[in-house]
Amino acid sequence: MDSNLKKIFFDPIIRNNPVLVQVLGICSALAVTTKLQTAFTMCLAVTFVTAFSNIGVSLVRKIIPGSIRMIVEMVIIATMVIVVDQLIKAFSYNISKELSVFVGLIITNCIIMGRTEAFAIKNNPVESALDGFGNGIGYSLLLLAVAFVRELFGFGTLFGITILKTVNEGGWYVPNGLLVLSPGAFFIIGFIIWGLKTWKKELISED
Amino acid sequence: MGKDSIVKTFAVAAGLCIICSIIVSAAATTLKARQQENKELDKQLNVLRAAGLVEVRENPGSAKIKELFAKVDQVVVDINTGKTEEKADPAKINAKDASALTGTDDLAGIKSRPNKAVVYIVKGADKKPETIVLPIFGRGLWSTMYGFLALKGDLKTVANLTFYDHGETPGLGGEISNPSWTGKWSGKTALADSVDPVIRIIKGNVDPSDPNAAQKVDGISGATLTGNGVNHTIDFWLGKNGFGPWLKNLKNKES
Repeated sequence: MDSNLKKIFFDPIIRNNPVLVQVLGICSALAVTTKLQTAFTMCLAVTFVTAFSNIGVSLVRKIIPGSIRMIVEMVIIATMVIVVDQLIKAFSYNISKELSVFVGLIITNCIIMGRTEAFAIKNNPVESALDGFGNGIGYSLLLLAVAFVRELFGFGTLFGITILKTVNEGGWYVPNGLLVLSPGAFFIIGFIIWGLKTWKKELISED
Repeated sequence: MGKDSIVKTFAVAAGLCIICSIIVSAAATTLKARQQENKELDKQLNVLRAAGLVEVRENPGSAKIKELFAKVDQVVVDINTGKTEEKADPAKINAKDASALTGTDDLAGIKSRPNKAVVYIVKGADKKPETIVLPIFGRGLWSTMYGFLALKGDLKTVANLTFYDHGETPGLGGEISNPSWTGKWSGKTALADSVDPVIRIIKGNVDPSDPNAAQKVDGISGATLTGNGVNHTIDFWLGKNGFGPWLKNLKNKES
């Protein structure tokens, strides 16, 4: 893989992470990260959608008329999301119940629209696919990190397996209720952004 | 002709719509059978859990669910008259056939109640009902809670209570679906001899020396309002506007 393609793929994973640096897709990062299993399914779904809508938009980029550019992007994204939603309902019904409306709401995830508009519309399908996968994985890493903390300290479990036995189950651990609610995710994301910017000083914006 | 001409714009829009709709409809139609089977299995699993045939946290897999569910009788109950409709097909219940509820009749806060419901009965070796699983739903603090209340064949004792769908606060009201709390219901007295609901969730823990301890269930701390919702839901569904008349008929028939 030449260095340009490598950069396209690896940049969004940490250095230009869609959630931490571009601060996109926060809504779903709050909503689906109470449990690792739902977060994991959401990650697969979003990565699939970003990658394939990037490919789709890139394939037709030369014939998209300027006046309906964004509508065309939305139609392609929406199609991918419906396909994913149908697949989850067919093969992982329990998780589809927990994710409920959030799968449909992938359509409104700014990362996807942002990548098609900023990247796929100008670049060839191979680069767009890498960009899509890279951003999807960057989003996934953050989601899994947040879900790890929330599930472990909010429920005392990881992937549903008991790690810290909670008081309600007759154990000793008093779960942190704040982490189960959406504000808990805000704190975690805030701390991660703080950590990242302390580590990589060049990400701090001047103003 | 440039790509921004009107004709080209319409052509691209139309072409894209056709391609996308083919993809969407292909996905929807090929996966439909599987999705419906999942939905059906999920419902059956919840009934089996309520009936105590499957442990609450277990999922024995589709083959076992179907096998166990085949032993469960489904009967259609006309809630208004309290009669069992022997001939009605449980699969053809119309949920839109409902009566509006107002004022004090609407104890569970559900605004309207279906006229017919499917009740699941597990029969013992002597052909007598061993467990009767009633579908219930009602307003909690934030959401409508859907569940099953299973009564034992004596029409007094609770066999089980489960909630399979609700949007209560995780860790507080959400504990209503925690088996370690719902397990406390099993063996409690839900109905008096007159077939009127008597069971209550109280604040704090039940005092075992209380003569009425069998009619009381420990409250969940931090979930008083959700607990009130559960109380109202059970009062409603076991009461005169719910399954009360049907349960009374059943009891008279037996004695």
